[in-house]
Amino acid sequence: MAITSIKNLKEFSTNNDRFEGAHTLCPGCAHSMIVRELMNCTDDNLVLAANTGCLEVSTAVYPYTSWDTSWIHIGFENAATAVTGSEVMHKVRKRKGTLKDNDAPVKFVAFGGDGSTFDIGFQWLSGAMERGHDFTYICLDNENYANTGGQRSSATPIGATTSTAQAGTHSYGKKEKKKDIVSIMAAHGAPYVAQLAPNKWKSMAKGFQKALETEGPCFINTVSACCTEWRFDPKDTIHITDLATDSLMFPVYEIIEGHELNILYRPKNVMPVEEYLNAQGRYRHLFKPENKHVIELIQSDIDKYWDMLQRREEARV
Amino acid sequence: MSIEAQDLDLLANDNRGKHQLEAGFDLLGWDEVTQGSVLASFEGDASDVAHKKSEERTYSNYNSYTATVASWRVIKPVYNRDICIDCQNCWVWCPDTSIISRDKQMLGIDYDHCKGCGICVEVCPTNPKSLLMFGEYSDLGESLADWPEKKKKEEK
Ligand SMILES: Cc1ncc(C[n+]2csc(CCOP(=O)(O)OP(=O)(O)O)c2C)c(N)n1
Ligand code: SF4
Ligand code: SF4
Ligand code: SF4
Ligand SMILES: [Mg+2]
Repeated sequence: MAITSIKNLKEFSTNNDRFEGAHTLCPGCAHSMIVRELMNCTDDNLVLAANTGCLEVSTAVYPYTSWDTSWIHIGFENAATAVTGSEVMHKVRKRKGTLKDNDAPVKFVAFGGDGSTFDIGFQWLSGAMERGHDFTYICLDNENYANTGGQRSSATPIGATTSTAQAGTHSYGKKEKKKDIVSIMAAHGAPYVAQLAPNKWKSMAKGFQKALETEGPCFINTVSACCTEWRFDPKDTIHITDLATDSLMFPVYEIIEGHELNILYRPKNVMPVEEYLNAQGRYRHLFKPENKHVIELIQSDIDKYWDMLQRREEARV
Repeated sequence: MSIEAQDLDLLANDNRGKHQLEAGFDLLGWDEVTQGSVLASFEGDASDVAHKKSEERTYSNYNSYTATVASWRVIKPVYNRDICIDCQNCWVWCPDTSIISRDKQMLGIDYDHCKGCGICVEVCPTNPKSLLMFGEYSDLGESLADWPEKKKKEEK
């Protein structure tokens, strides 16, 4: 397959973008940074599908499309189904020799928001992983149902305020902890699973390339900072993502063949999670004295998870 | 340098940004479109698009490349070639495919698609920055003339 050079950023920038401007994502939205990186990682033909969510509605505003490759608009929950159906069709037609260009390499990728991945499209995704198709699923995890006004999802962290789990005099926001989707996908026996972040562009590009090259169903959760619902200034998307990876709120790591865990980014100075929380409006209420215990809980969960990742990496399990 | 390179038409294909997003052209209404409809992103053969630069492509009217979101901006990034080190940070992190780079060189901004988020300015590593935000209607020559001096470490 033809992967593009990512030796350094200058090299990477010689790719010809296949994701066009004048989509209608908010200024500063990280979804499109992630999509651009994926599409610039390879010059193979791509067949893409997107679950309903900000990415889907903003890049197919009738009569426009922002996609220079095949792209399927489908329901909220079934991009994984649509793209794996295409993958099977392609395989069969290749075998029968009925494709226009039988040798042209094609990669199949489905995108979903966290709402469609962790919740509403979960069984479709799980089914596609179990059937073992050769495709990559990328979750754009902004930790809420952003496109419909910021409802909580099972990806929303404890303590965040959302439109359906609001902080107020009787509540500190969402009560439940975030679902560990990366472990769940690794438990499907997927050959490649990772959590990546766009501020670490190189490990993200490498991870995308590994997923595209690996035969079988691969899953990648990406941190997608959402200025609108996380409540920060659009210019700060990369800064906020830096805080997310440096506080280990979003550790960057991969799991190969369900075991072999590799940590892909180890911050030189691990930042207290307070700094990450304090930079976003959705966590502001946690700094009231009566909610301090929630910050402590978040910090201790992060510490335990990081410790677990390090021990797994060392033990090669 | 080159105020010319910041010209709106910088490496533009003839049909870049020619529609306002909301402007409909002669098309089926949203309630007339049937299931399974296809919008072609290009006129003619699109099989080699990964190896074509935007100015070499035959975009169809359905491609959002032919639309503009320039009216979303209240502030705009201005590019100062004199300081730029072509690191491509602005290219990789622009969410709107609006940094124009060719042959490892940053050339300028696609003002038809830039929404003025300011991320490119934040991630620019030079001192002073090679990109800065100015009012949408500010004059390019004046912006460049107003460029700040190099900041000393302690002021940063
Ligand atoms: C079956 C179904 N349920 C609900 C919706 C309404 N809906 C459209 S987009 C959206 C939110 C998507 O959230 P997420 O998947 O996290 O993507 P984001 O917009 O945050 O990127 C919802 C609830 C729908 N289109 N279909
Ligand atoms: S609401 Fe959030 S995810 Fe949706 S387009 Fe805006 S910034 Fe992006
Ligand atoms: S202001 Fe935002 S949209 Fe415009 S060029 Fe800079 S990063 Fe891109
Ligand atoms: S980030 Fe700054 S220095 Fe780097 S290419 Fe862009 S303008 Fe030039
Ligand atoms: Mg979401």
